[in-house]
Amino acid sequence: MSEITIDGKVCKARAGLTIAEVAKANGIYIPTLCNYRGLKPVGSCRVCTVRVGGRYMAACTQIAVEGMVVENTAPDLEDMRRSILEMLFVEGNHMCPTCEKSGNCELQALAYRYQIMAPRFPFQFPVRQVDASAPKIVLEHNRCIQCQRCVRSIQTEDGRRIFVPQNRSRRRKIGVDPRLVSELTDEMALKAMDVCPVGSILRKEVGFAVPIGQRKFDKKPIGTEIDEEITR
Amino acid sequence: MAQEKDIILRHPKDPSALLDIIRDVQDHFGHVPEEAVARVAAHLKLSEAEVRGAVTFYHFFSLTPRGASTVYLNDSITSRMKGRTAVAKAFEEEAGCRFGEVTADGLIGLFSTSCIGMSDQEPSAIINGVVFTRLTPLKVKHLVKAIKTGKPVRDMVTAWGDGANQSDLVRSMVSNNIRKKGPVIFGPFESGSAIKNAVARKPEDIIAEVKKSKLLGRGGAGFPTGLKWEFCRKEKSDMRYVLCNADEGEPGTFKDRVILTEMPQLLFEGMAVAGYAIGAREGLLYLRSEYAYLRNHLEAVLEGMRRENLLGNNIAGSGDFSFDITIALGAGAYVCGEESALLESAEGRRGEPRNRPPFPVQTGYRNRPTTVNNVETLCTAAKIILHGAAWFQSMGTARSSGTKLFSVSGDCERPGVYELEFGLTVQELLDIVGAKDAYAVQVGGPSGTCLSRQDFRRRFAFEDLSTGGSVMIFGPWRNMFEIVANFMDFFIEESCGWCTPCRVGNTLLKGKLEKIMAGRGSAQDLRDLEAWGKNIRALSRCGLGQTSPNPILSTLQNFRELYEEAIDRHKEFVPDFDLGEASLEAARLTHRQPIMGETSHE
Repeated sequence: MSEITIDGKVCKARAGLTIAEVAKANGIYIPTLCNYRGLKPVGSCRVCTVRVGGRYMAACTQIAVEGMVVENTAPDLEDMRRSILEMLFVEGNHMCPTCEKSGNCELQALAYRYQIMAPRFPFQFPVRQVDASAPKIVLEHNRCIQCQRCVRSIQTEDGRRIFVPQNRSRRRKIGVDPRLVSELTDEMALKAMDVCPVGSILRKEVGFAVPIGQRKFDKKPIGTEIDEEITR
Repeated sequence: MAQEKDIILRHPKDPSALLDIIRDVQDHFGHVPEEAVARVAAHLKLSEAEVRGAVTFYHFFSLTPRGASTVYLNDSITSRMKGRTAVAKAFEEEAGCRFGEVTADGLIGLFSTSCIGMSDQEPSAIINGVVFTRLTPLKVKHLVKAIKTGKPVRDMVTAWGDGANQSDLVRSMVSNNIRKKGPVIFGPFESGSAIKNAVARKPEDIIAEVKKSKLLGRGGAGFPTGLKWEFCRKEKSDMRYVLCNADEGEPGTFKDRVILTEMPQLLFEGMAVAGYAIGAREGLLYLRSEYAYLRNHLEAVLEGMRRENLLGNNIAGSGDFSFDITIALGAGAYVCGEESALLESAEGRRGEPRNRPPFPVQTGYRNRPTTVNNVETLCTAAKIILHGAAWFQSMGTARSSGTKLFSVSGDCERPGVYELEFGLTVQELLDIVGAKDAYAVQVGGPSGTCLSRQDFRRRFAFEDLSTGGSVMIFGPWRNMFEIVANFMDFFIEESCGWCTPCRVGNTLLKGKLEKIMAGRGSAQDLRDLEAWGKNIRALSRCGLGQTSPNPILSTLQNFRELYEEAIDRHKEFVPDFDLGEASLEAARLTHRQPIMGETSHE
């Protein structure tokens, strides 16, 4: 057991836990997006960035070390996180009102929490294809934020990956193995959709089982399960 | 496709062989066909998507044909300064296709590529692995004509460069351009002396000597080499590795290419010394694909060392020290110069950096403690073992011992490689290389800093101007915005795309820069550039992203007046698009004139 402080609050930290895990265990909300319980953190979205001794690090990948003084809610830091969310919005094509994930989407929920009215960046309006060739899922590349949750969580029994990053730079995208994706079971397809924080992986032929307005983040803003003080 | 099967089956059924297999397939077919993807996947028990993911990460691999002769024309700023545009036009006219395309008959493919390490002899290109330097439109005409007659590309090199470039195993037109030899890298060196000296001492003493010398890493980051070796040695493990980072991809640097050409044995002895110090039995030279033309030469040097018992078992009669070196090739990815990305690539995967900690000295190559050192660093360490820490510290400054290799290019009379003691000023270097009226000096490549005249008094040293040695000189007639835009294009292309700020942010920054270059900038745009750049620097995951806004941030600081002149200072804000222009087509179709009080663009 070691101790760190987050915005001045002393937090007990079990050995080997990340800053994000320590914060959660101590009732402090640090926003995360690519991070997912049970999956090895990748630090790709950077929305969990915190400041430790003047240096910026991702709370989801950085192990808490005795004596760390962590800044989490400094206004300039929060603005940097907001800029990350805005980058994700302008990078793709996000039309929330027509999206099956609206109300369950973590990107949308974070945008509400960060009160984003309009992004500071110009929209890029990329031309991206929707891939509906697999029998059980639709891949909506317009909404993908490259969190790699699907990459990490969906594999065949012998360890082959079905969702895999392709290309590099701004052309980077999550591709699927056409053969293996056609063999997805209903259970795996559902898992893939659930693990996706946005509406990029959707089950075919089902949807809108819960009406918009009655979904997870329609009831309570994201993060309130950890940080009850926020009641917007 | 029996042949293809052989190409694949002769490799071990180990996923770490993935890049080697892809390279063989690419070399054989000129691309990686669908059938090959499926067979490689089956051979290594990977999904096809995983194989495609690796192919599409690297610039020199392709899922689609790249032509029987594939031209990769360097697109760095020094290439442009020396006439790249006219050379590219000549290629397009003679070949009959545009860059990014392959001719209809599949004979020639034209592609741009990031800096290939020939900045002192631009414009340069790699055609089927053969390097062509100092290209002119006329030379290009002859080259393309010869390609069309079916002449092998290697036969088109008729005059060779200096030194080992002329040797039978290289036969390259590349020039070393060693302008100044210093005592450390290019000083006298007797074969075997460093290894023999090292194995006669205890490994701990070797580390102590290197620590005492205060040798700092020569790749640019400047981490103390002795400390790195000590960390690595102290990690408990059954195996440890020495990796030499010969992936110098920072535009404007080429000094490692000259070391690999002229002093490869000094490098390999440095790797063996490092191996002895940390307790490793294996070393790996990660060689950038652009330097693959040196591979046979390097393999021959390794073979010679094995014959002399300087590599292999019981080296130099040491009794128990065994060490050998293999060469791994890159495939065109600047980010692989980042040490953890290099490890990923060396293990056969996409070259995407790892999250740290753990650091490579703890968990590196094949999850074992690994020291990753720059080419120049390892050569320097070998010399320190030979001549002692005191000798080394007699050169340079208090905190920056020894000499440094500088790769000098751009607007000067004598571009090339200079070995000079740390501590000289920028102006002193400019005088040595014959740059009479330098206007701007880019130190450390695009990821470094752009200096104006008022900074020419600053010194090259870790305590002032820390650098991997790339020095690009720009005369007063150069358009600084074009230089900055070229650097930003470089980072946009070379970003691995893993993290948001680097993948998205740099494109946004470049868009803002283009707005200013188009004469549509306002005071707000300058503030945005600065704020966005600082965010990308702070939020990015690895060194590439953290330094990628530097071309803009450092010129905003040192050449502020250029930006001030380029914007409309009377306007606080100008929209991203011009309403008048945007509504032109609609106005034309409806035969109506839009009513606008004022368009944003006069």
